[in-house]
Amino acid sequence: MTQHASPDAAPRHRTVAFSGLSLRYPARAARSGLLLLLAIAVTTVAGLLIGDYDITVGETLQAAVARGDDPLAIYFVHDVRAPRVLTALVVGAALGMAGSLFQNITGNPLGSPDIIGFTTGAATGALVQIIVVGASTHAVGIGALVGGFLTAAVVLGLACSSGLDGGRLVLVGIGVGAALGALNSLLIVRASLVTAQTAAQWLAGSLNAVLWPRASLVMIAVAVLTVPALLLSRPLGMLALGDDSCAAVGIPVRRIRLGAVLTGVALVSVATAATGPIAFVALAAPQLARRLAAVPTPGLVGSALMGALLVQVSDLVAQRLFAPTELAVGVVTGAVGGLYLVALLAGEWRRNHA
Amino acid sequence: MAEPAAAELRRSVPRLAPGPVLLMLGLTTLVVTAGLSLFLGSNAIGAQETWRLLWHPDGSVASGVIHDQRVPRTVLTGAVGAALGLAGALMQALTRNPLAEPGLLGINAGASLAVVLAVAVAGVSGLWFYLWFAFLGAAVTAVAVYLLAGVGHASATPVRLALAGVAVTAALTALVQAVILTDQVAFNEFRFWVVGSTEGRGWDVLQVVGPFLLAGAALALLLGPALNALALGDDTAQALGVRLARVRTASMLAATLLCGAATAAVGPIAFVGLAVPLAARGMVGPDQRWIGVLSLVLGAAWLMVADVLSRIVIAPQEVQVGVVAALLGAPVFVAIVSRRRVVAL
Repeated sequence: MTQHASPDAAPRHRTVAFSGLSLRYPARAARSGLLLLLAIAVTTVAGLLIGDYDITVGETLQAAVARGDDPLAIYFVHDVRAPRVLTALVVGAALGMAGSLFQNITGNPLGSPDIIGFTTGAATGALVQIIVVGASTHAVGIGALVGGFLTAAVVLGLACSSGLDGGRLVLVGIGVGAALGALNSLLIVRASLVTAQTAAQWLAGSLNAVLWPRASLVMIAVAVLTVPALLLSRPLGMLALGDDSCAAVGIPVRRIRLGAVLTGVALVSVATAATGPIAFVALAAPQLARRLAAVPTPGLVGSALMGALLVQVSDLVAQRLFAPTELAVGVVTGAVGGLYLVALLAGEWRRNHA
Repeated sequence: MAEPAAAELRRSVPRLAPGPVLLMLGLTTLVVTAGLSLFLGSNAIGAQETWRLLWHPDGSVASGVIHDQRVPRTVLTGAVGAALGLAGALMQALTRNPLAEPGLLGINAGASLAVVLAVAVAGVSGLWFYLWFAFLGAAVTAVAVYLLAGVGHASATPVRLALAGVAVTAALTALVQAVILTDQVAFNEFRFWVVGSTEGRGWDVLQVVGPFLLAGAALALLLGPALNALALGDDTAQALGVRLARVRTASMLAATLLCGAATAAVGPIAFVGLAVPLAARGMVGPDQRWIGVLSLVLGAAWLMVADVLSRIVIAPQEVQVGVVAALLGAPVFVAIVSRRRVVAL
């Protein structure tokens, strides 16, 4: 029998103590978090550095803070590449956090916002703007935001009539999502070919032409939403013990769950409004982070870091793979995330059969 | 002493409707919808006339409409709906996840990729070619998911199978998007294929997929008792003499045959394979044998109703049956799941 760290085994903890105060943390999760941070730092610099305008690393870092004597470098790095990289990181983190929140609420790896209808609802809002109204990019984002929140209101209204139950929330979400998905297909089938293609472009998710105004809006919104997400993550992890046990130790189960749903929906809607629905990140990031850290439930911070890394790497690939033709980032996240998950599963399989 | 205690226990368990009653109800619905499907359409033919022409074809236009279009279409729709319902029941039992659906095997994504490549690379188009490409794509993908999830080994877990399916689906969907975003012709063909439609499909399609559907259905129904044992947990099932690897392999084979053939016939139809077995389980309880049979009947009825509606809502034009199946099914589904406590797997 070979020993290996199964994700379901209890994680090993380390403790640090300073004069009476002590912090206990899972050792492998902390290591994997540092690893992810390092990877994010490297890919961020790569995102600022790589492009058709050649500059050195030193010049890039100078230009990123709008210093240096090359106005073109400042334009490309500070005005074009920096907002794009930051948006990729922030949107990825938002999707990762939302996925982690939903997977904890539902206790199901398939219970992510892509599957339970919120992303579909945001897409419906945007498609109505693109196909029916024929609106500008700006209005499409607003449509997505409104669509996401309306969907959430409908799902919550239907699922909460007799208390919020994670399982029921998912199923009602899937039902509503199916209806909206059908509506989306109907809109695309009945639109003209050109409009339908614009819609398909938006549906693939893209970071092309993201500039500072949009980037700063997204960053502020996600920063604000991170606060409740962090506060909720610890009691939410305890919900895995069962509602009764949680209520017995004084956790307001219902309020925690409702808060988590609202935060998760807000995160997904903001991310989708900014870039279109970037596929698979919310589902895969928590599962990937969980496997990397060998912890039993997907943690919030790990999922956020993994989501950010996933989107940033995907965007690099999307920009450079067939340069100068840019792919949609959502196309690449599906491929990168899917292949990474395939590799992880295959690795686990090999360890079990070595 | 034991007798009254047992009676007490029986009373305290909420009584679900018994299987045979539900099955009769389901079959009645099926017959009625099949009748409606023959009778309703953009050509107005009276009920009596329909009945007469059904048994005595006279070579008239109306007779042609009924025998060449409505009868094959009704049979095909019923077969596809039944296959999707049964495949969904199988997948939910196999992964022990109520959110599992036949598409989780990667079948829809695999079929989609094959169709898109057929148009973009091979340059072929037309339902007949799509059928073969879709079936091939579905089968190859299902084998990949099977290998990746390690289903043939006793150590495979339900979550692993679900994740393997999701991962493969995501990777393939990404490829599909990459192709349709760059190739306008492929995109145009794909957007109509992907909604799922029974329009203009007849005996020729049924002849190809029929044997696969029958084989899959027979295998799936035979697996009922073994899946019941599997629901008790892997260890208990093994102790009861179930060969885990063999049952899982057979289940995936059956689901692939059913869903692959259905998708090849009419395109990917979402939601039926998920919602029908869930509803069946809610009605009949956890016995997989009844869930299977009931899913088969209800799946057929559901898709037939959707097909009838798809012909008449904006007649003489048609809406795609996949769209109607979801728009019609979703409210019913939501009503079911928000009323009663969902029966966990």
